[in-house]
Amino acid sequence: MPNIIKNGAIVADSYQVIVEAGSLPNNDIIVSLDIWLSQKEAVLAHAYKKGIMLKPDQHPEAIIESLNQLDIIALDFPAFADGRGYSYAVLLRQRYGFTGELRATGDIFKDNLFYLKRCGFDSFAVRADKDLQVALQGLTDFSESYQASIDESQPLYRRRLAS
Amino acid sequence: MLCALLFKHSARLMYQYDAYDQKIVDQRVAQYRDQTQRYLAGELTEDEFRPFRLQNGLYIQRYAPMLRVAIPYGMLSSTQLRTLGHIARQYDRGYAHISTRQNIQYNWPQLEKVPDILAELAQVQMHSIQTSGNCIRNTTTDQFAGVVAGEIIDPRPTCELIRQWSTFHPEFAFLPRKFKIAVNAHPDVDRAATAVHDIGVYIVKNDAGEIGYKILVGGGLGRTPIIGSVIRDFLPQAELIAYLEAVLRVYNLYGRRDNKYKARIKILVKALTPEVFAQKVEAEFLHTNSEALRVPAQEFNRLASFFTEPAYATLNDNPDALTQKLNDNKAFALWFSHNTHAHKKLGYRIVTLSLKKTGVATGDITSEQMEAVANLAEKYSFGEVRTTHEQNIVLADVRQEQLFELWEQVSALGFATANIGFLTNIICCPGGDFCSLANAKSIPIAEQIQRRFDDLEEVYNIGELDINISGCMNACGHHHVGHIGILGVDKKGNEYYQVSLGGSSGHDASIGSILGPSFEAEEMANVVEEVLNTYLDNRQDNERFLETYRRIGIEKFKERVYA
Repeated sequence: MPNIIKNGAIVADSYQVIVEAGSLPNNDIIVSLDIWLSQKEAVLAHAYKKGIMLKPDQHPEAIIESLNQLDIIALDFPAFADGRGYSYAVLLRQRYGFTGELRATGDIFKDNLFYLKRCGFDSFAVRADKDLQVALQGLTDFSESYQASIDESQPLYRRRLAS
Repeated sequence: MLCALLFKHSARLMYQYDAYDQKIVDQRVAQYRDQTQRYLAGELTEDEFRPFRLQNGLYIQRYAPMLRVAIPYGMLSSTQLRTLGHIARQYDRGYAHISTRQNIQYNWPQLEKVPDILAELAQVQMHSIQTSGNCIRNTTTDQFAGVVAGEIIDPRPTCELIRQWSTFHPEFAFLPRKFKIAVNAHPDVDRAATAVHDIGVYIVKNDAGEIGYKILVGGGLGRTPIIGSVIRDFLPQAELIAYLEAVLRVYNLYGRRDNKYKARIKILVKALTPEVFAQKVEAEFLHTNSEALRVPAQEFNRLASFFTEPAYATLNDNPDALTQKLNDNKAFALWFSHNTHAHKKLGYRIVTLSLKKTGVATGDITSEQMEAVANLAEKYSFGEVRTTHEQNIVLADVRQEQLFELWEQVSALGFATANIGFLTNIICCPGGDFCSLANAKSIPIAEQIQRRFDDLEEVYNIGELDINISGCMNACGHHHVGHIGILGVDKKGNEYYQVSLGGSSGHDASIGSILGPSFEAEEMANVVEEVLNTYLDNRQDNERFLETYRRIGIEKFKERVYA
């Protein structure tokens, strides 16, 4: 099992990513949207933890009716400069009320983590060739931010007035 | 001590960082230093490093890196300008270049030294954050903000609000393409080319007398020049940030990412139609317009408190000292009438220093000149300086009785060419001499035209005229909105120039029409001259070039130039 960053610490990853149709392993699983759409009943009945992985062109609207039955949603970043996943994360947390694990996967390394965390991601499957310890430090690149986001409900222009 | 006093003195005229702002900028310096070190150590690849260096304003150019430093809405203190001069001397070749978006660019810094440059900038409350890359760029506005009569309100508190909101916005750091916002607060004049921005924010007053914003989206130049469309006629002031969030989210989710030439918001707005785009934004706005995002009136008051009036003296217009010099000295009188502008306060004048002297690259300024301008600003204009969209510098608060002595000193610096508003005040990108994107050189074309029109009497007779030159389709020189636009194109490895006529960047914004087949470099002054002769032959009364063009159309120009 590879390690991931979760809730600010390096931990073993319990999930297996499933992208090909067939029987589900006796394991925690994250399935692609295709698998989800074709094997929804089987995935929901799976006796382990389960969730869905979305690609940048797969809007989370497609799965909102099942969100409360999912343990995890993984948003994939095939290239980190495609920033749609940041908005999906905000929508999932703020509008659709998803409270499970929200994971960033793909082209993920130190320099993305701070923004990702702010948008509501709490776990990070850092790219295999990148050092996890180095990546972990990226979560604390900044200690102040101007904007309201998922990690901070009040923009600085309100917090300043309160202080 | 003196330095601290001077800084404090200028403090009333522009935004001052508090501990929050300073910490954010300092932490950015540390972050970028780490990124640079990891890149140099091979831990970040070229492709990985690129977006991060770009979001710090660092391009890799034709011969060297180029560092673009942000000048938020064009406002600088003398202290900051001195630091910019010091950086040019210490880390570059002793000069820098003012861009059309009010920023300043260094053409020869070493990549390894950029973190040190950023650390020096942070000490004077400056940075290069988001001056490049596919993110929200520096917010620009009227260089006469706060000192010109007729504004609805001063646009700078709104600009600063947007600056803070857009700085490191976690959701909008990796947009489909770059994103530029400009703010206009003057119903009669637009000096910031607001209508050709991704978002144009117009400060307006509604029938009830309330101040708010009119929002335009989808303007832009580049390959597909488009004047933006108004999608909201009136937005209450408090709702600006929530509305901007909605626009940016719609763009981030639905803007094209498959083709970088079709990735700007203007393409999305055009594809959806402005009406449908507006509906999507309004639907999103229903969600974003929360209590938390509403900007409290106290915050606007806090921001406005940084832009209060300096200690103006009680003066009268046209003091004897000025009138006498205007009568005695023709050169001074010309400079006064063209390079200074009416001020909202009696006895003051807004002065534009022309960085458009023939033989000097447009917008270029040396370390010594920066330091000299910083001194002049302290002596004559409350220690505050502004950069302009037209790549000049403004001293905003000069006493009329001191104009003559200021003019003498500005002349000695080479910044008194009395051409503001006229054809030799050319907007020009760095072009093929520096930029790796350029198809053709632009600086020598500007110089060729300036040399042809070296007789100021002739220039004044031609009257108000914007010539804008870009070295490629990216349109950094805003050629589409020049009354005369010149675009460098590549034809089988040779540099050619396409001419367009009738563009405008004002409230009457328009995109110029292409005159016809492109020309060789050495023909350009002749072409411009023939265009202007056509105008002069057809001009009625006091028509400006643009008015004549709009009345008679492009055919007459075409016939003459290609005859």
